[in-house]
Amino acid sequence: MKHLVSLVLGLIVGVILFAAGLLYNPFNADRGLSPLSVTNAEVIALNFANVPAESIAYTNNGETLHHPHPEKVVQLWEAPVRMTSAMATVMRDARNRVAGIGVKFSSRSESTRLWTGEAIVDSVWYVYLPDYGSLFIEQTENYFPFIREVAFPAWRSSANHWRGNWLGDVTAGPGALGTAAVTGGSGRLEGLSMAAVESMTVKAFSAETGLVSAEGRLIIEMPYDQDPANDADTP
Amino acid sequence: MFVLLKTFFIGVVLGLLAAAGVLYAVPAVDQKREASIVTVAPNGGNTEVFHSRIPMDQILQGDPRQAGSVPPGLEWPSDEILANVRAELFKIRNAQGVIVGVAARTAAKTDDTDVIDWVLHLPARGSLFVNMDVTPREGGFRLGQIRSGSREFSLLHGFMTERWVETASDDEDAPTGRIELSATYASTLEPLDTEEAAE
Repeated sequence: MKHLVSLVLGLIVGVILFAAGLLYNPFNADRGLSPLSVTNAEVIALNFANVPAESIAYTNNGETLHHPHPEKVVQLWEAPVRMTSAMATVMRDARNRVAGIGVKFSSRSESTRLWTGEAIVDSVWYVYLPDYGSLFIEQTENYFPFIREVAFPAWRSSANHWRGNWLGDVTAGPGALGTAAVTGGSGRLEGLSMAAVESMTVKAFSAETGLVSAEGRLIIEMPYDQDPANDADTP
Repeated sequence: MFVLLKTFFIGVVLGLLAAAGVLYAVPAVDQKREASIVTVAPNGGNTEVFHSRIPMDQILQGDPRQAGSVPPGLEWPSDEILANVRAELFKIRNAQGVIVGVAARTAAKTDDTDVIDWVLHLPARGSLFVNMDVTPREGGFRLGQIRSGSREFSLLHGFMTERWVETASDDEDAPTGRIELSATYASTLEPLDTEEAAE
């Protein structure tokens, strides 16, 4: 009996050690600086509310951390869309003026590999900016650094809450430099192929209700030979 | 005591191996897939039909000109710049009526151009971005061009049509109609590499 208890204790310690190793693996470090933060090209910077309650509408299967908003919105409970969320939000320019509207669809990805620090979400954005035109952004996002540095500490805290200042890029591909692929659909952006990075600033997170205070940002790099609006008007 | 410690450390190693094995063997995410219902188009390419039943599949309808926004309680932004922008979100179904994804339709009027765009997102497969012609064709449908796609759709181009089909049923629970989307895909031509070409 003693041996069995000892073995089971060992097993539990082994699993805990593995989980700790996974979370604190130094080889799974954050990628750091965004490739677009050092670009010389024109960029379009768009800010948006990342907290579902601050968006126009947000929905998911109704059973995950973030609650659908408004309350009566149709939920995505059917099996093929259970791991998907949809959000419509106002996009603001760098001066905090309303620049357009954005719709984001996100689905948990089968390419998730927790071994290698990859908690992948496949997502697409549709952004319509009345002054510029429409954009389609395709990206894979990696939320592992967010889980490790925000969600896990919140879950571990006795108050189930995290407060601080976390800033990170969530875009991890499909571009070779970890950028999203952007296609211009209409207006002045029609036919353009661009790159983008989505980042997130989190100030408060609850392990029970998800993001409490957070803001998202999309940086879209224009092609070098394309100036969409003459500098003064660029969002 | 020594034997107990030995058993404990064996347990630790087994625990590490078991956790690694489970993580390796069991996928963290397993998306439910519905088989694609694709038919061969008469002039080449493949056609796939989706539809959305209105109002039950409508997730959002935001339009500054309309009072009946969906869902109830929706606060559509009243900013001047969005005065002519209308956005809708839907669940979409395959030809057998099974929900397979979500879609967004945006219609906007500007001084220069009018825009109608669709984004279809099929979680297990990828997404499609389609620019529609604003003017409907004879027969009441709109034609649009597939501009871009992700994952399974990244190498495809083609076109998509949208049309409104009213429901004939008088049943109280019947949908008022459905939006029918018919996508025709053709793959992008890629040059053969020299070895393939030699064969």
